[in-house]
Amino acid sequence: MAALYEGYTLCAFVPQQNLSNSGIQGVEIERDSDHVLVTDSSRSVILYKVSDQKPLGSWTVKQGQSLTCSAVFNFQTSEYVAVSDNKVIRIWKEDDPLLDKAFKATVTSDIYRVLSIPSWEPVVLFQSGAVRLLDSLLSAPQQPIEDVLSQEESIRWSTCIAAEKQQQLVIFTTEQKGEHFLYLQGLNPNSLQRYRLEREEPGLSPLSFSACYRNRHIFLTYLYPNGRVYQSVTSVRAQGGDDGAQSLPVPRSLLLVLPVGEGLLEAASALVLDEAHVAVVGVPHPSAGAGRDFLCIWNTNFQTLQAGKEMAGRIYGQLWSFSNKLLIPHGKTLSVIPFECPKSSLASALGKLKQAKSKESISSTFVPSWNSILHGDKAQPLRTAETRSTTSPTIDQVLELIKTAPVEEVQEEVERFLSRSDIQGLQPSVGRIASTLVSRSLDDPAFYSSHTLTQLLNTQCLCHSVCPDLVLLALERKDYFLCQLCLQFFPDIPEAVTCVCLKAFISVSFMETVILKERGVVSLQNGFSPTSVEDFSDGMSGSKSRTEVDETTFNQPGLKCPVGSHKAALLNACKIQIKALISSLLTFIFVTFQLFLQYLHFLYVKCSQDHLLQVHGFRSPSLSQIMDWVCLLLDAHFTVLVMTPEAKGLLLSLHRFVKSQVKLVSELGKIEGSLQELDKMKTKRDIGQYSIEVIELL
Amino acid sequence: MGEFKVHRVRFFDYMPSAISKMAFNFLSERLAVARADGAVEIFKFTDNYFQEKVIPGRDGRAIEGMCWVGQRLFSAGLNGEITEYDLENLRPKYSMDAYGGPIWSISSNSQGTLLAVGCEDGTVKMFEVLEEKIQFQRNLDRQKGRIISLSWHPSGTKIAAGMMDMIRIFDAETGRATHRLLVDRGLGMSKGREVVVWSVIFLSDNTVVSGDSAGKVQMWDSITGTLRKTHLVTKWDVLALSVSQDESSLMAGTSEGTVVQMQFLQSSVEQQERQWVRTRTFKNHSHDVRALVHTDCAVVSGGMDTHLVVLPLLDQVEKSSKEAKLRKITFPHRSLVRCARKAGLLLFQFPDHLELWRLGESEGQGKHGDCLPVKRNPEKLLQLTRKGEDHICCSAVSPCGGWLVYATVSAVRLYRLQYDNNNVSISRVSKLPKELRTVHQLCFSSDSSRLFASSTHSSVVVVALSNPEVKHLHTLKCKSGSKQPLHLLVPSDDGKWLATANADCEIHVYNLHKMKLHCTVPVYSSCPTAIAIHPSTCNLISVHADQQMFEFSLQQKEYTEWSRRLHKEGLHSLWLDRDTPVTRVAFNPENPAHIILHDTFMFCIVDQSLPLPDAQTKFYNQMTLRSLPAAERMRHSHAFKICKYFQHLMTVELLEDHSLVVVERPLMDIMSKLPAPVRQKKFAT
Repeated sequence: MAALYEGYTLCAFVPQQNLSNSGIQGVEIERDSDHVLVTDSSRSVILYKVSDQKPLGSWTVKQGQSLTCSAVFNFQTSEYVAVSDNKVIRIWKEDDPLLDKAFKATVTSDIYRVLSIPSWEPVVLFQSGAVRLLDSLLSAPQQPIEDVLSQEESIRWSTCIAAEKQQQLVIFTTEQKGEHFLYLQGLNPNSLQRYRLEREEPGLSPLSFSACYRNRHIFLTYLYPNGRVYQSVTSVRAQGGDDGAQSLPVPRSLLLVLPVGEGLLEAASALVLDEAHVAVVGVPHPSAGAGRDFLCIWNTNFQTLQAGKEMAGRIYGQLWSFSNKLLIPHGKTLSVIPFECPKSSLASALGKLKQAKSKESISSTFVPSWNSILHGDKAQPLRTAETRSTTSPTIDQVLELIKTAPVEEVQEEVERFLSRSDIQGLQPSVGRIASTLVSRSLDDPAFYSSHTLTQLLNTQCLCHSVCPDLVLLALERKDYFLCQLCLQFFPDIPEAVTCVCLKAFISVSFMETVILKERGVVSLQNGFSPTSVEDFSDGMSGSKSRTEVDETTFNQPGLKCPVGSHKAALLNACKIQIKALISSLLTFIFVTFQLFLQYLHFLYVKCSQDHLLQVHGFRSPSLSQIMDWVCLLLDAHFTVLVMTPEAKGLLLSLHRFVKSQVKLVSELGKIEGSLQELDKMKTKRDIGQYSIEVIELL
Repeated sequence: MGEFKVHRVRFFDYMPSAISKMAFNFLSERLAVARADGAVEIFKFTDNYFQEKVIPGRDGRAIEGMCWVGQRLFSAGLNGEITEYDLENLRPKYSMDAYGGPIWSISSNSQGTLLAVGCEDGTVKMFEVLEEKIQFQRNLDRQKGRIISLSWHPSGTKIAAGMMDMIRIFDAETGRATHRLLVDRGLGMSKGREVVVWSVIFLSDNTVVSGDSAGKVQMWDSITGTLRKTHLVTKWDVLALSVSQDESSLMAGTSEGTVVQMQFLQSSVEQQERQWVRTRTFKNHSHDVRALVHTDCAVVSGGMDTHLVVLPLLDQVEKSSKEAKLRKITFPHRSLVRCARKAGLLLFQFPDHLELWRLGESEGQGKHGDCLPVKRNPEKLLQLTRKGEDHICCSAVSPCGGWLVYATVSAVRLYRLQYDNNNVSISRVSKLPKELRTVHQLCFSSDSSRLFASSTHSSVVVVALSNPEVKHLHTLKCKSGSKQPLHLLVPSDDGKWLATANADCEIHVYNLHKMKLHCTVPVYSSCPTAIAIHPSTCNLISVHADQQMFEFSLQQKEYTEWSRRLHKEGLHSLWLDRDTPVTRVAFNPENPAHIILHDTFMFCIVDQSLPLPDAQTKFYNQMTLRSLPAAERMRHSHAFKICKYFQHLMTVELLEDHSLVVVERPLMDIMSKLPAPVRQKKFAT
């Protein structure tokens, strides 16, 4: 799981008057990723050693002059290059104290930016779109510069990328009358490719771009003010498609739909960290209201929020990343935030205590799950629906419908929409449908479509960060089946929410409100056997006539399950993470807690008696998990328990059982000890003060 | 092909002495370590922590303070004397009584012009550092009670002195005491006991840091004389403090064996003001940490448990580099065991006596892993106690067992041994040539007719041994003009060559027939730790502190083909990763291609006829080879045959009867002889 670590301040700056712009023009990498050059928006360049948070050098141009693009480091000559007043290139070394005495060269056209990457020569990008290598430009500074861009076209963003050791590529985007273009300028041999980016809603232009190079393709990622992050992929062609006027449209794919809250994003930025992770700044955190002062890392494969951090002060939509650090200006400081994006594996995406089965179910969007094989495919009409020939509605139609239409209609439409065959493209839309549904349900107490939500959940394209209110909504509407599904399928439910669910599940009133249906097919005696989702859903949608579970089904000699089967299944579904829960546990009311402990006691006894169980009931917690729980509970409530007469019996029986277990374990320990001695005897020979031995070296 | 009968000897009761003080020279990156027996060792940190020099101790010289002034090393101790060391001749240069009773601490100002010593009688005495000597300048205001610790302000204008129950700040110019900082006694039981300020450090921002016997590290403002912050780091004593050069990190060594780090940090991102925050605790010692040094990237600690521990601070070094590994230096980097190869005798060198043992005998044959029955037990033939107060610095026994010699910094004593069945008679050779006065290394020629002794300026004194007269033959001088002492002295078996190595990393080879310098091996940047001359090919093998190995042909005066190949292909990374130096090189007369090497944790036979291992080869492959059928072994074997079966090796030697002697000193045996550590509350006790 990607993580953002505790950050630290690199430097402070003075934001410009209008506050829309941070005082920082650019941050560029110096000799290694630990050294950066910070160019402020007026006159000075400062070199920092990041890990020491310490400036190593500072250079300023004279009053009246200004730096018009961020200074860069020439990796080949170890010199710094900056541009003042658009036309004057300045070059100096680290030990030059004064910038004014440094080398200067005046060129004929306005420079947009100087770009430099390690082990390549710096490149000068002119505002006219022309590109020159720094050396060749300096050899004849007065050379004429051609116009590549047309009259009203201007550069919005630029970067430089090394395409596999052979070629250096300058990438820049331009805007002309609301249209956006992408230029790929190759150097040595020179080539120019021009692409047109697809239009988003009229009036919206991208807030930020980020480009990276993988497998001979350029991946351009850009963020629109409506929170959509697109990715366009273009190949790096060797031949020079010099005909710049003819611009091909470049296809795009929707990578992420970020929550935007109200209105459009203003200062935001999305930066690609690796193949699966995007750092986003200036976008609200899905579970923290409308504030936009967040730095988040999203996983684009799972569409999950991996890490988030609130940044104090204003966000300027600027973000840089060098090796494993993010640099972000906020308020009046430039902060360094170390991050980590381990290769996203399912195991890490799902956390520690996930059971093997639930992992599988997440990954198996395309693989039929055990449940569907065993119980028929009622919940997943995806494949069967392909035969239907009706044209499915578009996502926008569905969304509109959800906002107004009655439940039945919504249900039908969504079903039709889901029957679309391409599951891959479904992922972002499912998220949007779900969040729209949830927000309607929250606004309109009369509206609630459990069936639709269940269907959406069963696509397994959802996660908590996409629709953070779903779990609580389900809980509020007492739709415990949906809760169970959420708990099972969502990899990223926060502890607090899990805890709220848990509390609700074992609260006393719960037993009264849910009247569970007695079903004959309880395959194992207790509740946490695969009382499968399908069984349950049948019960839900089928009839309203539910009866109390016959608790005698669970009767064991001398011990009975304190909770009903379905309740047990719900409890088991809670994916309990470890210690953080302690504080939440303390808030449990006593009765609740006692019941829970009772249940755990039951589980513990069962588990240690019946090892088959662990094989059968894949949704049942493992023994170590149960132990964790019992310990947590006892730790949190021991004093109360001891003082309460009602709990005495429970405690005594728990104690008896634990004692017998300890006895067993200690016997095992003895056996192990003796066997270990045997082992020692074999290897360890007593060596005295002197011996004569024979060794042979081969 | 390499089957050996091994005499596994564990009766060498070597006991390293506790570390009492350390001083680090940041310019030359050398660490001076003072032991409880008064010995001083110099470790060269830039050369893989090699123990470059050892100055032997002396009875009654308990060193309590040590400091570098430029490249000069001073110490002071409870005998009340200040001693400057002659690092070229490995002996004290002079000692001077400070006339203030036992001295508890010594400290020089950052300019290196003045030395301050804290005395038992309550005075801080200032000495002016002159060329070749020091001169008493004056006393600061006399206090009641002893001065335990001292620290100069970096500007040289103020001195902080730790005493009993208090810290005094002196103005170094006027000599007046300006502040008295009272240190709290501990709580409970120790309330009635005086608190000892074991260590003080004066920082450039006028903060005084103190560590005391109540377990506190305290930060004081020396301008107002107020206490700023107290960190209770242990229930026992804080014995040593050390601060990094940039004054951002502080280490405190405690009686529990822990080293606690404190760092000068901003308490939050917004807050500019920095505070001393306790950050990490390291525990690498079982006993008191009495000496600490904070280098730029590591913390070096030593104490009662005799280990010198170099603990890299992982935020300062590259994680995967060699510097990132913890080092524990327990054994000296030179051999304290000499072996008479023909007579089967072992000579053990202790600071105050020598032991001569005869090895036992076995009968029968065996195969790998067998333990043969011992027919005759080893026997201690002789225990020779040294004369005088100076400790033994080197010793040797002749290969035939007929001569025994040892040296202290003041004298050389040569003995004639005669064996008459089970009786040994010893007689001292009373008249020795006067050239044998300052001696760092001693050895005998293989025919026992010559004694070689290294002397000043890397020269070698050659003495002819004959009954009854012992005569000086020649003094061999090197032409490089190096003033450094020799630490290796190795004659060839045929009596023609003598190789020497000194602390300047020079290796000289002398022709003993012509009594003159034959050649100088090209100087390698790392110090040689073991050298030897091959008996048949006359090639010189040298192994260096950075684990590199060279073979130099004395006839051609150039590196041999094998040596070139070794350096072209490079040594295996696992070989280079070892952290103890090779201290002995020997040869197998039965197979001239075999070179026998050992360090503390392994011994190795290098077979020059086999291919060298490359990076992919499994380096420690004895187990693999053993599992293969004999026919296939050849394909998998490489030149380095390493045996890790014996550990904590003091020496490995091949006797004339083709049996090996390994002398082990198990760490457990050393630990069991240490005094009990401070009592610590453990679970359920």
